[in-house]
Amino acid sequence: MTPALELDDLRKSFGSAEIIRGLNLKVEKGERHAIIGPNGAGKSTMFNLITGRFPQTSGHVRLHGTDLAGLQPFQINRLGLSRSFQITNIFPKMTVFENVRCSLLWSMGFKYSFWNMVSRNRALNEGAEEILEQINLTARRDLPAGVLSYAEQRALEIGITIAGGADVIMLDEPTAGMSNTETDYIVDLIQKVTENKTLIVVEHDMGVVFGLADRISVLVYGEIIATGTPEAVRADQKVQEAYLGAALEDH
Amino acid sequence: MSTASTNTRAYGAVTLGTLMPWIIGAIVLILLPMLLGSRGQLTIMSQMATIVVFALAYNMLLGQGGMLSFGHAVYTGMGAFLCLHVMNASYFGSIPLPVLPLIGGLFGLGIAMIIGSFSTRSAGTVFAMISLGIGELMAACVLIIVVFFGGEEGISGYRDEGLPFFGLEFISQVEVFYLIAFWLFVSAALMYLFSRTPVGRMANAVRDNPERAQFLGYSARWVRFVSFSASGFFCGIAGGLSAILFEIATETDLNVTASGTILLVVFLGGVGFFWGPIIGAVVFILLQTVLGLQTHLWELYVGVIFVGMVMFFPGGLAGIIMAHGVAMSLGKLNLLIRPYLTCVLPAIVGVLGLCGLIEMIFHMREAPTGETEMTLFWTAIDTHHIWAWLIFGAIAVGGFFVARQQSPVLKAAWEQANTIDTPAGGTS
Repeated sequence: MTPALELDDLRKSFGSAEIIRGLNLKVEKGERHAIIGPNGAGKSTMFNLITGRFPQTSGHVRLHGTDLAGLQPFQINRLGLSRSFQITNIFPKMTVFENVRCSLLWSMGFKYSFWNMVSRNRALNEGAEEILEQINLTARRDLPAGVLSYAEQRALEIGITIAGGADVIMLDEPTAGMSNTETDYIVDLIQKVTENKTLIVVEHDMGVVFGLADRISVLVYGEIIATGTPEAVRADQKVQEAYLGAALEDH
Repeated sequence: MSTASTNTRAYGAVTLGTLMPWIIGAIVLILLPMLLGSRGQLTIMSQMATIVVFALAYNMLLGQGGMLSFGHAVYTGMGAFLCLHVMNASYFGSIPLPVLPLIGGLFGLGIAMIIGSFSTRSAGTVFAMISLGIGELMAACVLIIVVFFGGEEGISGYRDEGLPFFGLEFISQVEVFYLIAFWLFVSAALMYLFSRTPVGRMANAVRDNPERAQFLGYSARWVRFVSFSASGFFCGIAGGLSAILFEIATETDLNVTASGTILLVVFLGGVGFFWGPIIGAVVFILLQTVLGLQTHLWELYVGVIFVGMVMFFPGGLAGIIMAHGVAMSLGKLNLLIRPYLTCVLPAIVGVLGLCGLIEMIFHMREAPTGETEMTLFWTAIDTHHIWAWLIFGAIAVGGFFVARQQSPVLKAAWEQANTIDTPAGGTS
């Protein structure tokens, strides 16, 4: 079976500095995969390479077997990959409902239509209401997204990310900067909305990682030093030396 | 304020409430010539209607799409020039005049598609600079490509040589007004509907956050291109209307000054609301024609109003009106009447006093020597007499002093009018 996402010797250099140094990774369909690693390990860069935000220096990224080289972010998205951002990335001046509705448009086949009225399409509006329901923002429906609380904006971003029906979801530090209660809430939400989907998540919070992931990859200085189940990674000597030691004692 | 959401929401139902502004608009357009029927008034209203179409089309870019163009008069100007060539062509006798704006619109669309194909690659400064460059380039072309632009004299024609339209030859000003009003209504409705389509919604999304839009499957560039082309189409219609109204097109119709004027008009009215540019266009033409008759310095005042608007009320006139929405929904608008009378009114008096001083200075500099009399606010004044200066100085200082004294009262009233009396939860 072709993996949902496959990295094949992926490399990225900024000038003479090689930030990503040959990543090989296979994420199977339906798997929940967490990427962990110390600050500056290249986790966000890896995300940006996969989603086409900037081009790789060499190597391949394959989504369901399709090579993504040279594709723009919007083309990659149309192939069924959707992502969230480390820094909240929503449409601040539009209402919460509009945010979600816009993220449904492409997948519902509207393309660049200027002959359909968005308000008249029942399936579109009900779909948007349903996602609002899922992310518990129905009460905030008509507020500009920019005035929501931080946790609500993060929830909205997850809603926007999953709305298009992409089957590979990539979340970049979805719980960054949240209190414990908010973190629990977002983790539950992620579990709920990514059911039966392939999830790739970058996360710092080890509690979140071990609660959410089927498999974990540890990224250190642009290389994956270990991949495996949470237990295997926890026991891995190299991982403990490189990174996990201190973090594991807390859990 | 929030309405309870039910699952049986009727999506996109056309209700009387949503149609009401359009019905009122249509009635106003139909009634206006009956109330203000003189030739001059009709010309001013026709000019307003033309500028409204242009301003709404421009706001498709600026307000809806977040693209700041400094060369948008190119598309109206090109529409106007083409329409005049059609008027001068031998086949004009077989084209009814009301169709002409559509021809202008299609030409504007074509030009916008060519220019948009490269200028919409990015928004922001790059887009603004390209639009400025195109504006300068086209203005230069007017003097170079004389065949199309007619050089400095421009191109002129006669609108009444077209195919009679149900017996109408559009010789009288009323007929021209109704023709323009018809196109205004149709264009405004189409532009409003455009903003409700998927690509119109995505124009907002790309304005707010182009990168996020890309990760939703939309090419930001294509969304901008579609908005840009649509804007060019409606600009071309405005150009066609201008050709019909003035029967002439010159370099001043498409140069950078004309582009700057429309930016000013739209900003004055407010970019944040669909109907903002309508107010902007009406107010601007009123300032230009009414104030322009009273004083040579009208452009100075318009400039000051514009700067003040951008600095203190970036939402424009529409923003000022909509800022009262909260107070109105709380039923506390009446709290503001007294402070407006005691604070804003003296401020206006102060401004008028200051204007009087400026006018007197201008008169002293510009009037022929020996002529010391001028008419200011319907009063004859001797500018070489100290009393005139003292009186206007006192009005200015007094007005501003009272306004300043009263400003805390206004501030307090504003806050009171915008707060809910009984704190009823849900404020986070």
